[in-house]
Amino acid sequence: MGKQRAAVVGVGQTYYRAKREDVSMPGMLREAIDRALEDAGMTFADIDAVVVGKAPDLFEGVMMPELFLAESIGAVGKPLLRVHTAGSVGGSTAIVAASLVQSGVHDKVLTVAYEKQSESNAMWALSVPVPFTMPVHAGAGGYFAPHVRAYIRRSGAPLDTGAIVAAKDRQNALKNPHAHLRNPDTTVESVLASQMLWDPVRYDETCPSSDGACAMVIAAEDVVESRGVASPAWIHGQVMRSEPLAYSERDQVNPRAGRDAAAYLWNKVGVTNPLEEIDCAEIYVPFSWFEPMWMENLGFAAEGDGWKLTQSGATALGGQLPVNMSGGVLSSNPIGASGMIRFAEAALQVRGRAGEHQVDGAKRAMGHAYGGGSQFFAMWVVGNYKL
Amino acid sequence: MRDVAVVGFAQRQMREFDGSPNCVELLVPILTELWEQTGWSKSDIGFWCSGSSDYLAGRSFSFVTAIDALGAVPPISESHVEMDAAWALYEVWLKIQTGEADTGLVYGFGKSSASPLRRTLALQLDPYTVTPLWPDTVSIAGLQARLGLDQGAWSEGDLAEVAARSRTSASDNEYAVRKGETSVDDVLAQPMFSDPLRRWDCAPVTDGAAAMIIAATDSPLYEQVKERSATITGFAHNADASSLGLRDLLRSPSTAAAGKAAGVDGSTTYDVAELHAPFSHQELILRRELGLGTGTTINPSGGALAANPMFSAGLIRIGEAARRIWSGEARTALAHATSGPALQQNLVCTLEGAH
Repeated sequence: MGKQRAAVVGVGQTYYRAKREDVSMPGMLREAIDRALEDAGMTFADIDAVVVGKAPDLFEGVMMPELFLAESIGAVGKPLLRVHTAGSVGGSTAIVAASLVQSGVHDKVLTVAYEKQSESNAMWALSVPVPFTMPVHAGAGGYFAPHVRAYIRRSGAPLDTGAIVAAKDRQNALKNPHAHLRNPDTTVESVLASQMLWDPVRYDETCPSSDGACAMVIAAEDVVESRGVASPAWIHGQVMRSEPLAYSERDQVNPRAGRDAAAYLWNKVGVTNPLEEIDCAEIYVPFSWFEPMWMENLGFAAEGDGWKLTQSGATALGGQLPVNMSGGVLSSNPIGASGMIRFAEAALQVRGRAGEHQVDGAKRAMGHAYGGGSQFFAMWVVGNYKL
Repeated sequence: MRDVAVVGFAQRQMREFDGSPNCVELLVPILTELWEQTGWSKSDIGFWCSGSSDYLAGRSFSFVTAIDALGAVPPISESHVEMDAAWALYEVWLKIQTGEADTGLVYGFGKSSASPLRRTLALQLDPYTVTPLWPDTVSIAGLQARLGLDQGAWSEGDLAEVAARSRTSASDNEYAVRKGETSVDDVLAQPMFSDPLRRWDCAPVTDGAAAMIIAATDSPLYEQVKERSATITGFAHNADASSLGLRDLLRSPSTAAAGKAAGVDGSTTYDVAELHAPFSHQELILRRELGLGTGTTINPSGGALAANPMFSAGLIRIGEAARRIWSGEARTALAHATSGPALQQNLVCTLEGAH
């Protein structure tokens, strides 16, 4: 079908912070974009098309901000796309950018995802009353806490499992210079001692609100070869799946869209035992308990066993399947970019460029994002070899 | 590139949605029409993509509930752009080009009547230096039209001709909200709305939705629907700068670039062109950039001056062009979509009949 191979050849990130009052939106995006272009050894002149992703426009108060950003992100005179698929958007944006190359339409594509949450209050931007719809008025934590309670009841997971995830991710964040939260004293005990927000989700088990951007350059195989790119992250496969928010017998703890997406992806990239064959994973975990829940949903563990990976230390750096080596969404959460950060961090791992949080010898890594009420899923697998 | 054809299209356009339906209530009948046209069902669709805007809906994640209209299980391979659905169609076309899907369904929807649209769209401008001045869409278009008049690029009569022809052509379009046999003198007799624009020079605020099915012509499913198909022969889009002061507002380089990338090089005289020009003088800019001469019938549907539902009007241009190929009225057609202030972003899709 003329499908061509694509690889990540450049990654750039801002330093994630609660408020970037020192830069405008264009300035913030350029920090990530300039670093990605430098990493790729390219300039704007090399780029064929630009794909922008971010979460709701109400977060910054600009309608379709890619329009006013066109000049500063190098999109003038080029095709410009704007993706928005709820919290999974960073992942979906990377997938759309990859498909521009895989389709054979372009061979060097810049993609960038961002959020400048400090421009507004995300919780209220998400709480506009909608006629004939039951308001949640509890933010994302209040929405997801019942799913976590259901998970604990079903699986019998020990109650400190979430705290183990949170302590691990916050410790991993100390090895990532871009991470937002840097709390060296975080331990399982300190997490368990933090305030309960939405039972059983405590303050320290919750993602922060961050400002930041993440960019990647994705190139076609012949560009990788002709430019002699030293360490490309080959895109082995990607998938998006969506399901409605509510339908009878919908399993919100272990949603079918996520299970179907993972099954499709493993089959597509020739993985039969993900736990054995994937070296590390960046998974979208905005509340600590979602690590064991997604381990099951993605097929790394049997249903009911996800917490055992966490409890055994398998998901820690040095474990069998390190998860969220960068500190994850729990340590940095510029919403629209959070999915792309997962995808980009997976690429950094197989390129051997993750610095202090590098997993030694990582050959194959997964990037994962989800959004809505656990309805929208985007995932990819990248490797340090062509598939 | 794989050959991909438009095989289904349905639309609704109206001044105001009757009964204020939510997006699910709006989309279900349109999708039903597509299933009737193709004989297909949900399981025949390989990839789905939609276009809409949270700002138009006045709420975040407004598109999330739209997938309730698509059926519960199994989960679907799906995406969304915060753009006119014409760009969602581009994403579906891309997915088919990668070989990951053979068929795709695209939809767009928007309720423009819920807010003062011209003011809402001022939020698309630079939030630091321009939006605080609240230059609304009609005023910006007025500046653009005035520039052309002052520089002799067009005359008041040229604008009136576009408006008169659009209203007259829309007479047969059941979805047009502004239509009727109209002469140039009728237009010129109208009072000014936003000098130098008359109301008929400006697209009406329109609610609406549209959906389309496309299929790779090399897929077995295509055999079932090939009797009514319009093959996409070129598909590209491009963007200009946002800053009005950086642009020559009498030109649209992104339209010319999109046309060139889509293969519009003057070698084909398109039988029909559906141009997404929300203001009459913008049609003149688009015709010039795309090199459309007298051999091409412009906007037989009446175009955006007859109805302009935000986030589906661009897709409707492609659907209207495809419809004319299905009927045999046209063998070749060009469709165009625009987005952003004063034609900032433009898309061109060319189509051809099998026969």
